[in-house]
Amino acid sequence: MRPENYKSVEHPPSHEYELNFGPNHPGIEGNYALKVKLEGDVVTEAKADGGYLHRGFEKLMETRLWMQNIALVPRICVPDPVPMEVVYSLGVEELGGLEVPARAQWLRVLHLELSRIAAHLFTFGGHAATTGMYSNMFWGVTDRDYVLDLFEQMSGGRVYHMYNVPGGVRRDLPDGFLARVSELLDYLERRLPQYDDLFFANAVFIDRARGTGTLTQEQALSWGVTGPNLRACGLSFDVRRDDPYLVYDQLEFDIPTETAGDALARTLVRRAELIQSIRILRQVIARLPGIDGPIRCPLPNPLAWNVPMGEAYPRVESSKGELCFYLVSTGGDRPHRVHVRGPSSMHAVQVLERLSIGTRIEDVAQTMFSLDACPPEVDR
Amino acid sequence: MTDIKYESKGSLLRPFKALAFLGREPVTEPMGPRPASENYRGFHLNDWEKCIGCGTCKKICDNQAIRMVSIPDLPADPVKGIRAERPAMDYGRCCWCGLCVDLCPTGSLSLSREYVHTCTEEQISSYFILPDPKGMHGQGYEKGWAKTADADLIDLERQPMHQLAPDERTDSFAEVVDGFDPQSALLEASRCIQCGMCHDACPSNMDAPQYIRAIWSDDLEAAIEHIYDTNPLAHVCGRVCTHRCESACSIGIRGKPLSIRWLKRYAMDQVGHDRVRDIVSKRKAPLPDSGKIAIIGAGPAGLTAAYDLALQGFQVTIYEGLPQGGGMTRYGIPEYRLPYNRLDDDIDIITSLGVVIHYDTWVGRDISMTQLEQDNDAVIVANGLHLGRSTRIPGSDHAQVYSAIDLLRKITLGEHFDIPQRAVVIGGGNVAMDIARSLLRLQQRTHGRTDVTVTTLEARDQMMAAADEIEEAEEEGVVIINSRGPRQCTVDKEVLTGLETVHCISVFDAEGRFHPQYDEDDLTLYGADMVVEAIGQAPDNDFLGELLTERLEWVRGRLKIDEEGRTSEPWLWAAGDAVEGPDVIHAIAGGHRVANSIQQHLASLRKASA
Repeated sequence: MRPENYKSVEHPPSHEYELNFGPNHPGIEGNYALKVKLEGDVVTEAKADGGYLHRGFEKLMETRLWMQNIALVPRICVPDPVPMEVVYSLGVEELGGLEVPARAQWLRVLHLELSRIAAHLFTFGGHAATTGMYSNMFWGVTDRDYVLDLFEQMSGGRVYHMYNVPGGVRRDLPDGFLARVSELLDYLERRLPQYDDLFFANAVFIDRARGTGTLTQEQALSWGVTGPNLRACGLSFDVRRDDPYLVYDQLEFDIPTETAGDALARTLVRRAELIQSIRILRQVIARLPGIDGPIRCPLPNPLAWNVPMGEAYPRVESSKGELCFYLVSTGGDRPHRVHVRGPSSMHAVQVLERLSIGTRIEDVAQTMFSLDACPPEVDR
Repeated sequence: MTDIKYESKGSLLRPFKALAFLGREPVTEPMGPRPASENYRGFHLNDWEKCIGCGTCKKICDNQAIRMVSIPDLPADPVKGIRAERPAMDYGRCCWCGLCVDLCPTGSLSLSREYVHTCTEEQISSYFILPDPKGMHGQGYEKGWAKTADADLIDLERQPMHQLAPDERTDSFAEVVDGFDPQSALLEASRCIQCGMCHDACPSNMDAPQYIRAIWSDDLEAAIEHIYDTNPLAHVCGRVCTHRCESACSIGIRGKPLSIRWLKRYAMDQVGHDRVRDIVSKRKAPLPDSGKIAIIGAGPAGLTAAYDLALQGFQVTIYEGLPQGGGMTRYGIPEYRLPYNRLDDDIDIITSLGVVIHYDTWVGRDISMTQLEQDNDAVIVANGLHLGRSTRIPGSDHAQVYSAIDLLRKITLGEHFDIPQRAVVIGGGNVAMDIARSLLRLQQRTHGRTDVTVTTLEARDQMMAAADEIEEAEEEGVVIINSRGPRQCTVDKEVLTGLETVHCISVFDAEGRFHPQYDEDDLTLYGADMVVEAIGQAPDNDFLGELLTERLEWVRGRLKIDEEGRTSEPWLWAAGDAVEGPDVIHAIAGGHRVANSIQQHLASLRKASA
């Protein structure tokens, strides 16, 4: 029944509309959002809308002692916290002239590569989920948990390890730890063909990922793309090899690349990187028992530690790309300024905004996951 | 592992292989807590027996999750550096980084392997807990993250202090300890965790954390400011203080306490005397004449009281019987420990504030107590302990049997006495070490050889002398014989030949009273041409005069004072060794106390008359 005074209204055609994609959306990574304009189901405009996870870490770090900040930095990127700890420590070491003992450097590499594996497994799971393949997400999260078990034994914490401190690391390995790492690597090598069956060699996935979110090398370079995303555009650049830190110059590993620059290329680079991380870890397991000595250089009292005046800009290769900290000390007991140059803030803002245009709405999530952007690090 | 080519079209059937997983056990963790790893960082454990309530955990906590809670039932002992406080954790803030564990000076704090806590909304306060050894829910979870040598963030080692080698120092009274160079001082100061146990333990409540932090910041003038807040004898205390602060230092529990005394000395030595005088002169209140005070004795107590009162605008006159000021720090402590020019600097600061000192003026001989009472608003007795006690053993009245305190005074005054070829000292305290090491130097200088033996009643571990004093004395060649009780000074044809001793089985009885037991059969004679008794000192109170002595109240030979230092006479206060026993920092504290009391007393009188 319609009221008697009912008059039908002429609406504009409904194929143009705006959509809030996130922050509470199963297809978005973390608390992050895109405001997209659509024509039909094709994106015509996208605007990154972050800030939901802003915790003010850079500012907070200025108020905390140099040592206290070790509890803060891993929280900048939840799925891959270790590079944060390491790069902060490298910066303070550079400013303070601290020499990290050899054993600590090897332990850091062990820790970093385990973190890369955990982060990639997580991303594979997430990426699969955005293409509707939830089984692979469960696999990725489960297998990542086995790495977290190792983190727990190593550092006492599963997610936030706070294991690296300026000058070295906080604990030596528990008994039998390397054997357990080795077992995990064996397990992952057995698992990888199963991942291939389910996901990487899945015609549905390949079809969906190929051609989605394509970046040219030129675009990648001018938009600040780094890491696997850059290597998927054909540029073989990896900080571990091209500006080596810790003991990466003593390790053998390849830098996998692809040329197509799309979601599929990026995923295949990550898959190959996981294999390379396993290869690195095998070398660490072989070499580490022969490297004795302290795990940390002597440190000043954390309550009375003035780091000499200066600035440092160390960089490491995180699972998501090039991660740098700009640290400024005015010679005080806490940083004067910290700036985090994280890979995700490039990937999730300027790159994602541009790559989303022209894709179909169902591929926006996949584009974001294929860029492996980490919202807590965008906002920090 | 095979590569997957980008060009590959993939397979539609291969994913179905994963159906095989339907027949497998699911990857599911069982309900209930899963055991955590050995190093797990769970809820805190705190061993209350080990914890001293220093609050260092609170200082390093990133999130201000730790609060120190006062627990009245616990024993507190400022002298030992123990507070009746324990850390309480707010688990709404804690991030389980474990820095509190790594920086805990005692090692009492650790993290357990327990990690589950849930509650209803009404029980939300259960997130605020006081960790004990039993863990958050009293379920005895094992330790997880605990202190290891690798991860300890406390620097347990002291910066080395350079001092003259034994053979360089025994032929002169040159100062033994060199003092810190700027780099070592900064590093030593950086060890401080600012717990303030030293402040609580210091009789004068010196705020050592403040001046140590200032030294660490290389702001030595600020350090001087902090030092002069509570101690006008900074050179003296920087060298010869009995450093209660260091005994209470939290870092001393597992390592070597901070060299607080040498740090104070460093600040004083680095900032020139003129600059120190400028800094201190600014403290003088621009007050009108507040009153007249007479002080008997220019030792640490008298000088401290004079400093406090002069700053508050009083006219202070000190009467000192000896030719120079400093009291026992000059006439008791040898110059190799405290160079007298440093003492002169301390006294100069005090006189620069307007304090007048009449030297060589004995109260009772040159000016009477009645006169002092009439001319002043208040009088302070700070006469010290300048009489040596005697063992009263047979032969102790021989002319070659000296009291240590008389002999030390003679050495400072430069009075002549025959330097013995062989000397025996009776006593195991710091005075015994002082006289033994002084005689040894004089022997080396006069005879080119040394022979000094110290006999102590106490066993080695009971000796009253400071450990570094004993060590340095032995390095220099002093022979220390423990557990020997003096029996007699042997005299042959009126010439002193030595000291006969018996074995001392125990010094104290079951109740801890002084009651030595001897084995009379175990006799040993130590040959000597001089015996020195260093078994304690007594005050010389004759100057008070019979009438006043009669009127005053006494406790076991000492003037009776109340907690503010007042005697039973309303115009007379007393402080220092004479009423509290020998200790420089206690004397300084006493000086502050009487100065305070006098100010309040006179202020209340003025108020009443106004």
